[in-house]
Amino acid sequence: MSTRIGIVVFPGSNCEQDCEKVFTDMGAEPVMVWHADEALPDVDIVVLPGGFAHGDYLRTGALARFSPIMSAVQKHSDAGGLTIGICNGFQVLCEAGMLPGALRKNAGLKFLCKWVDLRVENARTPFTSRASEGQTLRIPINHFEGNWYCEDTVLKRLQDNDQIVLSYVDNPNGSLGAVAGIANEDGTVFGLMPHPERACESLLGSEDGALILGSMLDHVSAKAGV
Amino acid sequence: MSFVANVNVMLKEGIADPQGQTIERALPALGFSGVGDVRVGKRIRLAVDAADEQEARERVQQMCERLLSNPVIESYEVTLES
Repeated sequence: MSTRIGIVVFPGSNCEQDCEKVFTDMGAEPVMVWHADEALPDVDIVVLPGGFAHGDYLRTGALARFSPIMSAVQKHSDAGGLTIGICNGFQVLCEAGMLPGALRKNAGLKFLCKWVDLRVENARTPFTSRASEGQTLRIPINHFEGNWYCEDTVLKRLQDNDQIVLSYVDNPNGSLGAVAGIANEDGTVFGLMPHPERACESLLGSEDGALILGSMLDHVSAKAGV
Repeated sequence: MSFVANVNVMLKEGIADPQGQTIERALPALGFSGVGDVRVGKRIRLAVDAADEQEARERVQQMCERLLSNPVIESYEVTLES
């Protein structure tokens, strides 16, 4: 039985098809989930993809967090299911309070669309188990509001709990602590600004993204006792 | 009764504001000197039904806490038009 992935589509999401393709290529079973649905189908993993949900109106992710599907996503997470928020998805998770902090405008006020090197800070999460600590991953970013911030006390707590999962080798957007991706305390919710789904084919420049997405599939398989 | 509220949302003190900094750098080039501390925010204007001013203010504050501002990085101020 292959792993089922629910990819939430908001009005304005634009990376859901890339996610669908790479998960299909990896042998999983992705299904699109419309943001206005009140229930998730039976899925093992939830993906909040990149894009501009609700046009980024008011603040990026501010309106999407109130989409009907989000209470089902919270329940899925509370029950121990994995959730990954990519780029806009990370912004939605922060607005929803499922991850700490907030994403601000890039420090240089430029929309960044380029390859970056990430450092794996914690390889003991369900999202990075295929990588090793200290490994460099080459994954592209594509954002104007990727500048992650949190209060000092929150940062200390995240550092103490090993919730900082990925950092930028060369901080492109001013993120506090060069943070590129963080997990919640339980390690079941992960948000990152870079796009792993765009780094799954050597033809496109890197397969490092598959290490992240594949780690999640491994976690689900292990839980299922496969 | 209907009350008109104006909400000013600003980045919190101490949070870097690159938009404000960019504007601050642009003003001298236009001949305006002696300008500093430029910060950019947003204003949201809305009409809200309430029994009285206090209830109107409380309702708008709740809207600010839940949606109109992000308390991690923003502060807000509510004024009611008389």
